Amino acid sequence: MGVEEKLGDMGVVTTTLETAVNWARTNAMWPMLFGLACCAIEMMSAQAANYDMSRFGMELMRPSPRQSDLMIVAGRVSRKMAPVLRRLYDQMPEPKWVIAMGDCASCGGVFNNYAIVQGVDEVVPVDVYVAGCPPRPEALIHGVVTLFEKVKGEKFADLAKA
Amino acid sequence: MDTRLEKIVKVLQEKAGATYEEFRGEVHVFINVGQIVDALTFLRDEHQFSLLSAMTAVDYWPQENPRFHIIYQLTSLTQNLSIQLRVPVNGSQLKVPTATRVFEVANWREREIMDMFGIEFEDHPDPRRILMPEDWEGHPLRKDYPLGYEEPQFTFNFDEIDVRKPYAKE
Amino acid sequence: MSEYHLQEIPVGPYKHLVSERAVSGETMLLNMGPQHPSTHGVLRLLLELDGEVIINCIPDIGYLHTGIEKNMEAKTYLKAEVMTDRLDYMNNMGNNLAYVMAVEKLVDLEVPPRAQALRVILTELQRISSHLVWLGTSGLDLAAMSVFLYCFREREIILDIFEMVSGQRMMVTYFRPGGVWRDVPVEFEAAVRNFIKIFPKRIDEYEALLTKNPLWLDRMVGIGKLDAATALQNGVTGPMLRACGVNWDLRKTRPYAGYEQYDFNVPVETKGDTYARYIVRVQELRESLKIVEQALNKLPMGPVRSDNRKFVPPPRSEIGTSMEALIHHFKLWTEGFVAPKASIYSAVESPRGELGVYLEGDGGPKPYRVHWRTPSFDNLSVISKIVKGHLVADLIAILASTDIVLGDIDR
Repeated sequence: MGVEEKLGDMGVVTTTLETAVNWARTNAMWPMLFGLACCAIEMMSAQAANYDMSRFGMELMRPSPRQSDLMIVAGRVSRKMAPVLRRLYDQMPEPKWVIAMGDCASCGGVFNNYAIVQGVDEVVPVDVYVAGCPPRPEALIHGVVTLFEKVKGEKFADLAKA
Repeated sequence: MDTRLEKIVKVLQEKAGATYEEFRGEVHVFINVGQIVDALTFLRDEHQFSLLSAMTAVDYWPQENPRFHIIYQLTSLTQNLSIQLRVPVNGSQLKVPTATRVFEVANWREREIMDMFGIEFEDHPDPRRILMPEDWEGHPLRKDYPLGYEEPQFTFNFDEIDVRKPYAKE
Repeated sequence: MSEYHLQEIPVGPYKHLVSERAVSGETMLLNMGPQHPSTHGVLRLLLELDGEVIINCIPDIGYLHTGIEKNMEAKTYLKAEVMTDRLDYMNNMGNNLAYVMAVEKLVDLEVPPRAQALRVILTELQRISSHLVWLGTSGLDLAAMSVFLYCFREREIILDIFEMVSGQRMMVTYFRPGGVWRDVPVEFEAAVRNFIKIFPKRIDEYEALLTKNPLWLDRMVGIGKLDAATALQNGVTGPMLRACGVNWDLRKTRPYAGYEQYDFNVPVETKGDTYARYIVRVQELRESLKIVEQALNKLPMGPVRSDNRKFVPPPRSEIGTSMEALIHHFKLWTEGFVAPKASIYSAVESPRGELGVYLEGDGGPKPYRVHWRTPSFDNLSVISKIVKGHLVADLIAILASTDIVLGDIDR
């Protein structure tokens, strides 16, 4: 005499609030346009017809930080650009996530010199790192799906503490 | 070298006391700092070298005299010729006349040289840094400026570098 | 959370670049910041606006400065080639070609004919790919989104060819001093022939969508006029110069890599406005396809890399049997080849203009100075002159038509 037998046919789903909210967050996550260099072209390829990212809810790339929840840092961040990056991250409303796409955003990449920030996690806290120079569109989609797994596992208690 | 170039180099030798060298089919003419504007105007007006293809500098530190060479690469479209002017600059006298009145493209090119090497161009209309941030100190492409190499994190030194790395907080 | 508040841009540092009306507050200084959907990369434009009309435009670059020139001085000649892909990231094969040709000129190294032909085929395919991205993003800026999807669909075919040949879609590093890295696999010819067969109809599709479209014409004809004298004074080269009426294409005037064997036209327009640049680039798509077809038909057999063992490593099979091969391999892998103490300047025609390399050696295995004369740097410096008097929406169209790549500008 479980709930399924009583309600089986009525088309009503029961779940916890966390699962429902996390499901909603992953199904329509809007990324912010932050294409800086070569990885931006692969991000555009991932958005285009062959490797369609709209299947994952990312139909629109919003240029405005106030209307987006995911920032995909695609490309090398120079020392002049780092304060701009931090400012845009601060302008995004909670909840927000960051994907560091490519080697330059993850760890400085090929460029170990005075001009490039060695890994964008010196500027913003990063959730998922996608490796590659540039990562294939499939790798980016894998990174996005990994982020969705992470979001589905988030608990409200942890987020409220932060 | 090409006969038309020979005539031009001869005129530069007589009027400006320039020396020249040839390498792999290219002609490099050495002139003095004070003769830059005249030489460029002469080449642009009388020999139709209408395109300043490239303008850059090289640092020869620790040699002080000359410390830099400024290089002007000129192209003539009508005659299909190229010539390169090299200007040695002393390390203690870093003031060079600007070429913006002869070729407008020199505006941004000289800003880049000012930013990367610290050579000052007199009467430049817009002497600001172009590639580095406004408050950057130092001139990166000089040979005594360090590369800024950061030690890569391997497993044996992972923890030491992790402690020193400035991670961002929330 | 944010402790930032809206600030007005102070006129102070830009007083010498804006008109007096800005100082008195009559016109407004607007920041079209580094993060903007239509700046084609991280470019910051300071616009002095009187209503919607642009009085002055001051570009601010350097947000992608990577220090490539200094970083290449710290690596050997072969290892530095890896960095060249990342300069103008739409033209990877072309950058490799420029660098490798400069190294070969400096050390006087011959390239076999099969390698030259392969270089031509791949560089022209890269030119087609770069123009497709330009067309797609121009369409996207002017809200013609289906063009974007079509162009990227074609580009995927070209990227598959690159992956087949070198293992990488974008950062290929396929050309090496002396030739190319390795021979092309057997499927290469069929893939390129398939592309040659389907592409002309696709170009017709794009032209049918855009060339006579009244919306496209309205936004592009008469906008951003550039005349030939201003263009030459400002160092503009490439399709921007050819749209002003000057017939200067390095593939025809100073042929390199065997371009003199192929029969192709150089499209030249006279009006100098945004529409003329569009026409020049779309016609270049057709001409590049012609070159690819001719080069593929004439592709000679033979080695793909020079056999001068001072610069080119021997094949692995020889190392087990020949002492000289082992010594050459050891020398090339530990120290690398050396270049004489001299300097050269070598230029190729990239999809944006004249891409030149000033390479200076010092007798050692590392380059002493590498300077990249990149076309987008000079093409962008002329923009403050051609946008005066236009609206902000026209600025977007003009910026799209200059086809700048910020990696090229900031290096």
